[in-house]
Amino acid sequence: MEQTQPYVIEMLHITKEFPGIKANDDITLQLRKGEIHALLGENGAGKSTLMSVLFGLYQPDQGVIKKDGQEVKINNPNDATALHIGMVHQHFKLIEVFTVLDNIILGAEDTKAGFLSKKAARKKVSELSERYGLKVDLDAKVEDITVGMQQRVEILKMLYRDNEVLIFDEPTAVLTPQEIDELMKIMKGLAAEGKSILFITHKLNEIMAVSDRVSVLRKGRYIGTVDTAATTQQELSRMMVGRDVQLVVEKEEPHPTDAVMKVNNLHVRSKLYHHDAVKGVSFDVRAGEIVCIAGIDGNGQSELVSAITGLEKASEGTVTLMGKDITHASIRARSAAGMSHIPEDRHKHGLVLDYTLEQNMVLQRYFEPEFQNLGFIKFGAVRDYAEKLIDQFDVRSGQGPVTIARSMSGGNQQKAIIAREIDRGLPLIIACQPTRGLDVGAIEYIHKQLVNLRDAGKAVLLVSLELDEVMNLSDRILVMYEGEIVGELDPKKTTVEELGLYMAGAKRQGKEATA
Amino acid sequence: MSKFLKSDGARTVMASLLSILIGLAAGGVIILLVGLSNPDLSIKSIWEGIRLACFGLFSTGRNAAGNLSFGFNPTSIGNLLFRATPLIMTGLSVALAYKTGLFNIGAPGQYLMGTMTTLFIALSIPSSSANPAFAELMGTTGAATPAWLVWVLAFLGGMIAGAVWGAIPGMLKALLNINEVLACIMTNWIAANLVTWAFDSSMLKNSIENSKLGYIYKTSFNGVETAKLGLDKVFPGSQVNAGILVAIAFAVLVYILMNKTTLGYELKACGANRFAARYAGIRDKRNIVLSMALAGGLAGVGGSLYYLAGNTEFFWSTYQSLPAVGFNGIPVALLAASNPIAVIFSGAFLSMLDICGQQLTALTGYNEYITDVIIAVIVYLSAFALLMKTLLGGRAKKAAAAPSEPAKAEAGKEKVAQ
Repeated sequence: MEQTQPYVIEMLHITKEFPGIKANDDITLQLRKGEIHALLGENGAGKSTLMSVLFGLYQPDQGVIKKDGQEVKINNPNDATALHIGMVHQHFKLIEVFTVLDNIILGAEDTKAGFLSKKAARKKVSELSERYGLKVDLDAKVEDITVGMQQRVEILKMLYRDNEVLIFDEPTAVLTPQEIDELMKIMKGLAAEGKSILFITHKLNEIMAVSDRVSVLRKGRYIGTVDTAATTQQELSRMMVGRDVQLVVEKEEPHPTDAVMKVNNLHVRSKLYHHDAVKGVSFDVRAGEIVCIAGIDGNGQSELVSAITGLEKASEGTVTLMGKDITHASIRARSAAGMSHIPEDRHKHGLVLDYTLEQNMVLQRYFEPEFQNLGFIKFGAVRDYAEKLIDQFDVRSGQGPVTIARSMSGGNQQKAIIAREIDRGLPLIIACQPTRGLDVGAIEYIHKQLVNLRDAGKAVLLVSLELDEVMNLSDRILVMYEGEIVGELDPKKTTVEELGLYMAGAKRQGKEATA
Repeated sequence: MSKFLKSDGARTVMASLLSILIGLAAGGVIILLVGLSNPDLSIKSIWEGIRLACFGLFSTGRNAAGNLSFGFNPTSIGNLLFRATPLIMTGLSVALAYKTGLFNIGAPGQYLMGTMTTLFIALSIPSSSANPAFAELMGTTGAATPAWLVWVLAFLGGMIAGAVWGAIPGMLKALLNINEVLACIMTNWIAANLVTWAFDSSMLKNSIENSKLGYIYKTSFNGVETAKLGLDKVFPGSQVNAGILVAIAFAVLVYILMNKTTLGYELKACGANRFAARYAGIRDKRNIVLSMALAGGLAGVGGSLYYLAGNTEFFWSTYQSLPAVGFNGIPVALLAASNPIAVIFSGAFLSMLDICGQQLTALTGYNEYITDVIIAVIVYLSAFALLMKTLLGGRAKKAAAAPSEPAKAEAGKEKVAQ
């Protein structure tokens, strides 16, 4: 049926060159009316450049854009808006202290004699919200609502402006599994009502679940467009990466030995609210196993890790590493005691973005005798070490060791952090969402490294929000819900559905289970 | 050539030079306007004014025919070095703080505290080579402390006082998260009033030279003054002394500290990303205090060196303004793009404008305030140096922001998203 629908947007032979490189090289993308069209590609494949061209942020060097068959010139985002093209950015553009309604009408307000008149707007937004099943509380402030609802506000913003073409830029990156399901439903509803959707992502299962067709980009070039129904995840990942990718981690049985870290009855105060974010958590991590803390974002995982790694203080309980009480130790002392940490936020904690790659590579070790003498940095040793890591972990960057970290792609930034932390060879490695925002190639690589660590007899504590990752990688799963560990599961004996029930707080081991 | 222009360092230098050129051009326009509106100034004197404003350093007065003559003027160059000394120190102070992510607008206060401590020590410890009248007045005739020891103590005292004064806003920032700019502004005024009060109730008011009302004794009264090390022979008739060598040595030391040591690595990491530094086990709070203390110490040395010269007098009475040399550390650092070595040259440049102003006053109907205007324009423009760098970069900058290989496109996006 869709075959008969006309193209609403056509981007024909788009080429966009930046000095030195072609970010888009002869790319053609045709969006049919009423379809969900996924745009798939690794980090840095040129998806964002292409969307920036469509949104008027860049002018293409070659190629034309057609809307409803008419050639159009999009010089700036206002032109794009006038053509009813709207975009939900990965990081929402909302004003936190405004209400939902105010955010939706912002920039397109009705006025009566110079005064705001929200009555008509409220009616229109309510209708839209009803029609597309976008549940929002119009009078709540944005800062008080969930991320999922914020995204619905962004979608309503596009609909309020009568946009016909909706671009979703990696919309699921910030959502919980439940919210993702809901978003998928909403997207299907929008398409059914005749909206055309461009869905940028590198998550294959989402593409399979929701899209009608997929266009794949690789290294700035157009690889092809396929019907989703006629393809498989394997084929898509091959198109995207250019080789076969292992989607499931291969690993042997674990052989755990002694406990490396023991956490006992740990309590952590929440920074934002006056309650404990972590309420009496106890667990062990043994050498030679990957223990995964699963849970929906915001159930105390971040606070737990912060307390273990020393970024925040624990209010009660103990953390023991290699038999040493480190509950109140400094970060450097924990590091010396044998803890390495791949942080959740690579830009905030993981890297000094304005430092070069080599300077970042020694961020945890610059003070060691290997890299300094009487307080003077041994630049030669730092360079050699950085080159070794870059080579060994295949960290790609423009100028090698002297590349400024900020200019590197997200995947390679993460690889650099992982190289740095893994190479220290410490008995415990804490990895927080190590694959967030990365493409399948990079994910495969990072998973392999973590399994190798485990097989080398290191203890790995993994914190992940991705159900696939949790199920694939871990040897033991600890589910956190509202600051407590509500279940310990064996990934081989459990299902994603059961895990989901624990994560949502609908099921728990211990008191309730035995009672 | 185009590749050269794209390099970051070249663009920084170009931006600074452009600021200077526009500043001088603005000065020229003002000289022209003043000249045209003032019947006492002829077209010839306008032209003379413009030449002096730009090349006053090489002015050698007027020749027999009454025309301006130019040439090598060792006195002016010596004076330039003398006046550059405190500017280089306050410039280093601002530059060091800036490199570690802090804006040290407290250099005037730190400079004053350094000045006060230095003067108290230099004048209160009786030296063996003191002026007899001074020694008699102080009741210290026959004291045995060698002058060089007093000098060293006074110098160190000035440095420490500056460091303490810098550490205060540093601590407020590290422990209570109070913006260092606000804290610095307050410590500046506290210093100004503290210094006025301290000298007012001291014995150090110059009562030997009766014509000098409201001045503190020169340190040379106590026989304490910076050695000339032969510089006065090279630049005869000037005020130059070995202080400039100390300032240059400090610039080199700061360069080494910031670029070659683990401490510099830590300090800069804290400035660039405090959270990442903390994650790496660096004590971020200690380092913020340390940065400000180091910056304060450098500014304190500036005051110390200036007043240990022996020929400088401190005017304390009704101290209602903060020393311009403290604030001028900001344009010195900005023009140098916070590079400690470049600070030597930008400090010398600002001091050159001072010399030009003096020549202007001495040789034409203009006064030295014209050069203050030039300095002011350059200060404004140097604040825009970053903007100019971007403008100069133009295409080059776009290229840098854009990917240098396909993989970069998404990195660029992440940057925007942040």
